[in-house]
Amino acid sequence: MTIDLSSSRPSGATGRFPLSLLRSLPHPPLPTFLLTPILKRIAAAIAAENPEMFDRLGPHRHVYFLIDPTDLPVVLYLRPDPDALDFRVLDRRHMPVYAARISGRFLDLLALMDGEQDGDALFFSRALTVSGDTEAVVCLRNALDDVDEPIAESVARLLGRPGKAALDALRRAGAASRNTGKEDNPS
Amino acid sequence: MRKPELICPAGTPAALRSAVDAGADAVYCGYQNATNARNFTGLNFTPAEMEQSIAYAHDHGAKVLITLNTFPPSGKVALWKQAVDLSAQLGADACIVADISVADYICRMYPDLRIHLSVQAAASSPEAIDFYVREFGVKRVVLPRIMTVSEIGGLVAEIPCEVETFIFGNHGLMVEGRCSLSCYVTGQSTNMDGACSPAANVSYQSAPDGTLSTRLGGYTIDRFGANETAGYPTICKGRYLTDSREGGYYAFEEPVSLNAATVLPELIAAGVHAFKIEGRQRSRAYVKKVVSTFRSAVDAIVAGKEPVLADLVALTEGQKQTEGALKTKTWR
Repeated sequence: MTIDLSSSRPSGATGRFPLSLLRSLPHPPLPTFLLTPILKRIAAAIAAENPEMFDRLGPHRHVYFLIDPTDLPVVLYLRPDPDALDFRVLDRRHMPVYAARISGRFLDLLALMDGEQDGDALFFSRALTVSGDTEAVVCLRNALDDVDEPIAESVARLLGRPGKAALDALRRAGAASRNTGKEDNPS
Repeated sequence: MRKPELICPAGTPAALRSAVDAGADAVYCGYQNATNARNFTGLNFTPAEMEQSIAYAHDHGAKVLITLNTFPPSGKVALWKQAVDLSAQLGADACIVADISVADYICRMYPDLRIHLSVQAAASSPEAIDFYVREFGVKRVVLPRIMTVSEIGGLVAEIPCEVETFIFGNHGLMVEGRCSLSCYVTGQSTNMDGACSPAANVSYQSAPDGTLSTRLGGYTIDRFGANETAGYPTICKGRYLTDSREGGYYAFEEPVSLNAATVLPELIAAGVHAFKIEGRQRSRAYVKKVVSTFRSAVDAIVAGKEPVLADLVALTEGQKQTEGALKTKTWR
């Protein structure tokens, strides 16, 4: 299954991923209304492919998680409930109510979702911060970790060739960032 | 030279497959209940998942050891007996047990099912281990992390069963199976409920200056500076004010992980039968990296080659590692 990006398709996603462009997105207005429907469809597709992952969430499937890439102007807002799935991109200036929050650099969060980084290790190094309901965070981590295809790879697959190219570029950026201990600084 | 088995952790079926694919000789894992000393929410295996996972491991030439490594409360052994029955029915290669009533049940009901004595039993003397072998037919003992390589070598020569030692992961040096520190705060027993510092009792608070406070059951047990690495939210790894020292300090243990990579040759020469990697609560990324590193290291040493040891410090608690008691009993 591939989700048609139509007019939302990113351009120039070859080689180094232009993280600096994401950072420099104009604050008013952010195009979150374009991203949210795509994210919702991706989340629904992943949920349909992995129905058993929700068992690990227990009652925490009904709560909202805030996934906060601290170096981007947006946050992700997720309720992983198979019966009422919600996944939105929100402007970080308007923080919603949440039960648990997971914060870290975008590339570190991506590496977690890509099965390349260990959440405990990121926490130990202070690259990842957790607040709110710790049990909910641990359950979400365990649920996502028990899916055979890493979530980042699923998302890329569902987005087709542009998605895979973007993931490859982000992986390179992440690896370079981890190797140097520095982020993909804007030039 | 005997080639020790590599015993690897799995908290989920996907982690088990990762461990097997990365070269585990055996994977240890448990059910989603109090029979399991890693009884954490969202972790562990349903009976159906265990059945599928055992099939996967066996298809790939690996064993599955099921952790029934907690202590039943007095008179409430039924859950543990059910878990033994299920494990035998599913074709587990061994059960890892701590309690003598569980060992006795396996010995009487399933004499062909191997019993491995958990580290939770804290058996480290020849007399204690002889007792478990004689009375319950224990085939392997998992040694507490309090012995030097030299002591382990001496023990191997004296006891009539196999020896398994930890080589990587959590460095819990409390008398294992006897530590009740977190119970006083959470009300749940580490050794009977299988839950040390359950996540429901843990909270983190970040301050504007970058400090991070860890709270367990409402008590602040550590506070990390902005540039300080963190550890697990357990009482034994907290910092406290005491009369004996100025300022807060790690009165019990420091947040540090065991890494025995540099003493693997000595452990192999000492006759250890199996090497254990801790971390059933960790991710597949951890399992894959640690298992593949030690797989290639053990294979190289046994083949008479110099092992290439990947840097695992990024995966360690507090980003610090130690050879612990294996090297010296004065590591702190």
